[in-house]
Amino acid sequence: MTDVAAPEPAVSAPAEGGHGAAAHPPTTTGLSHNKLAMWLFLGSECLLFGALIATYMFAKSRLPAGEIGPLDVFDIPFTSVSSFVLLMSSLTMVLALSALTRGEERNFRVWIVATALLGGTFIAGQVYEFTVFYNLGLGYTTNIFGSAFYTLTGFHGAHVTIGIVMLMSTLVASLRGRLSPRNAETVELIGLYWHFVDIVWILIFTIIYLFPQ
Amino acid sequence: MTTTSEPPLQLTAGEQLVRPSASLGVLARPKGDVGWKSWLFTVDHKRIGIMYGAAALLFLVIGGIEALLIRLQLAVPGGNVLSEDAYNQVFTMHGVTMVFLVIMPMAAAFANYLLPLQVGARDVAFPRLNAFSLWCFLAGGIFLNTSWLLGGAPDGGWFGYAPNSGLVYSPSHGMDFYALGLQIAGIASLVSAINLIVTVLNMRTPGMSLWRMPVLTWMLLVVQFLLLFAIPVITVALFLLSFDRLFDANFFNVAAGADPLLWQHLFWIFGHPEVYILILPAFGIMSEVIPVFSRKPIFGYPFMVFSGIAIGFMGWGVWAHHMFTSGIGPVSVAVFSLSTMFIAVPTGVKILNWLATMWGGRIRFTTAMLYSVGAVAMFTIGGLSGVTHAISPADTQQTDTYYIVAHFHYVIFGGSLMGFLSGLYFWWPKAFGYKLNERWGKAGFWVLLVGFNLTFGPMHILGLQGMSRRIHSYAADSGFNLWNLVATVGAFVIAVGLLMFFWNIGISRRGARGAPPVGPDPWDARGLEWMTASPVPTHNFDREITVTRQDEFWHRKWGQDENGKVVRIAQAADVAHDGSATNVHLPSPSYWPVVVALGLPFVAYGLIYNLWLTGVGALLILGGLYAWVFEPPDDPEAHDHDDHHAEDPSGNGASGGGPSGGGPSGDENGAPADGGEAPELVGAAASGGSTVRAAGDQA
Repeated sequence: MTDVAAPEPAVSAPAEGGHGAAAHPPTTTGLSHNKLAMWLFLGSECLLFGALIATYMFAKSRLPAGEIGPLDVFDIPFTSVSSFVLLMSSLTMVLALSALTRGEERNFRVWIVATALLGGTFIAGQVYEFTVFYNLGLGYTTNIFGSAFYTLTGFHGAHVTIGIVMLMSTLVASLRGRLSPRNAETVELIGLYWHFVDIVWILIFTIIYLFPQ
Repeated sequence: MTTTSEPPLQLTAGEQLVRPSASLGVLARPKGDVGWKSWLFTVDHKRIGIMYGAAALLFLVIGGIEALLIRLQLAVPGGNVLSEDAYNQVFTMHGVTMVFLVIMPMAAAFANYLLPLQVGARDVAFPRLNAFSLWCFLAGGIFLNTSWLLGGAPDGGWFGYAPNSGLVYSPSHGMDFYALGLQIAGIASLVSAINLIVTVLNMRTPGMSLWRMPVLTWMLLVVQFLLLFAIPVITVALFLLSFDRLFDANFFNVAAGADPLLWQHLFWIFGHPEVYILILPAFGIMSEVIPVFSRKPIFGYPFMVFSGIAIGFMGWGVWAHHMFTSGIGPVSVAVFSLSTMFIAVPTGVKILNWLATMWGGRIRFTTAMLYSVGAVAMFTIGGLSGVTHAISPADTQQTDTYYIVAHFHYVIFGGSLMGFLSGLYFWWPKAFGYKLNERWGKAGFWVLLVGFNLTFGPMHILGLQGMSRRIHSYAADSGFNLWNLVATVGAFVIAVGLLMFFWNIGISRRGARGAPPVGPDPWDARGLEWMTASPVPTHNFDREITVTRQDEFWHRKWGQDENGKVVRIAQAADVAHDGSATNVHLPSPSYWPVVVALGLPFVAYGLIYNLWLTGVGALLILGGLYAWVFEPPDDPEAHDHDDHHAEDPSGNGASGGGPSGGGPSGDENGAPADGGEAPELVGAAASGGSTVRAAGDQA
């Protein structure tokens, strides 16, 4: 993850003595290598979550009657709130990037922390939810629905967690003075990843929570 | 975050490239270009390609020994060479090894070595990720094979059908090694796919439009897209299997309501594109070799490319033909039956185009050409038996018999591996500076071809007679005796043929000592990779090449006289670069790809044996990734101490950032060739005489 989000190449820096070197080594498509790579990676991730969601729906449809299932555990209002929290983090992510490109370092840090906190709140909500479900009698090995549900939402949660780690890394880099508008693309790429994870949650929330039958 | 991801410098010419004023990284980078460390930490796509190839050949020997064990067991009825359990492990590992550890990395070897050269680039887009892919693949392969020593190899067949591969039916750790080992190898393929797609899309030399790219580049590009989208699906399948086996999940627990079709669908949605992942690189290689030795351009270039793309798309819509007997219903069977017949069309287009390329050509039957023609012929047989599978009533009869075994060996061995051997003979002089011996090569080809048909031809008959695949032994009165014995003899003939190939490497290497160099273009070839010295210098091309048409290099050597007759207008040696450029900025080697890749098997062993080991692996990965990010952008020595330049001819001069550089001196060293249209890559060659090597010498 970190490597994909690796910042712009060294030569892009118009350092002192730059004999009019181009800011970027030109690429054939005009997109930077890193950005193209991130898009490709996200394309690949679509198939990962696609397969996981398909597995979940397949598994749910095969749940034997009488076993603890979606309708027995889901708490739609609670999950709606945590979904809202996660979606708001996309907004703060955009604000963070915008602050960085304008060179407003302080605002950047505020928005990055806000994004990470919103993401963290979502994860905390997920942990709480898992605990409640477990206490209701739905463990990972209880039945086929339990395995599929925890695996799918767990993979999503892991993606959010990795995103938070990357956000905090940019915060540390910023505090140590290593982040400037020049590195905006790095943050932009982390943002792409972040928005992607949010979009996946929209799908998961709709398919899994809103259509529990 | 700091700076990292050293760009493999685009061949942007004339400009002095400048690094940022201060090195933001905090860790030293490895240096040097000789000795084992230089290979371990290299980020050079050519060395990585060579290591991919060497590893694939090593695994070919291992997988080959497993094949011979299978054939020994089946040579006579009631064989007792292997126990039932050992037999299961051997045929499983034979399949897994050949598919994931031989054919795929061999394709990766060609892709790594040739893609950047064919599009005229300096290196791949992410050199360190490239190194990571190699080590990750190797870690996965070695991890898988250690299962032999740790209580038994995987025994559920190469497609590991669950729940047969679950704990109940496969209680040893074998299938854990399968699931986790393929997971690691999958990471390698995925990372490599992203890397190579970016390289092809983003790093083409000026004028190299998509429709001027060699067919091999196109086919490899299609393969990378297939990998990009197929790998995550098997990733999920393998995760589910691992979770079932390690954490008691219920995905394949039929008692809890699970359906075995889940695994079959997930596996084959990956598995059928995988088939094209195996064959398309060989198609590309054949499309390079056949025109050169027919002395004609490839016939119907757009058709070749479009049929490859069509195969790439249609490959996603045929997976259920592996499941005709699984009870997926008549509608599904009909649809997949039709789509499977349709996918034969673009494949047939390719075969006709190769034939048309040879038609009327002045054919030179070198070893490379023989292997390519052999691959076309053998693949055609395999393709035709494949079409018979598309007809579902016939397939119901053929499923799980030796007829299937015959089919996929004809396409994967007869198509892919023979194509790769053709490529090895073809590009060997480019990579190593000497040709493989032609006489041994041709003899080896004929031995291999005869052995191949002796082995797999009779399997068609055995299969139609009803012999099931994966049976441990058969009774003497089944009527299988003769053809099984023939197949076993054939398998040893194949072994002789392959040994002749390895022997050929040895004697050719010895024979090359003191012999005159082969020059940049020993075959009068067409692609850009022949336009630089052999072996290819670390910096690939001395100058940026501007491409004006397909087969640019060939057109610089050959023109037409007033009667339209093709005449030579230049010698290859005059057109090609001599590799003498200095001051080409090169990506520095790095420790961290190896470290991160090393963490993965720790995680995997830990999941099987002890979670503490997983912690160690996770720390290695996490630490390695952070170190990776905070690595200096380039060799700090060359930057911080300009005085090194004097005695350090390598010195990444392009980075000098200071006085050593200056634009104006460029002209003296920029060699005049390239018809003058190409801007020079080399800024100032003043600082040293010799060729730039990656990241400085041992100083």
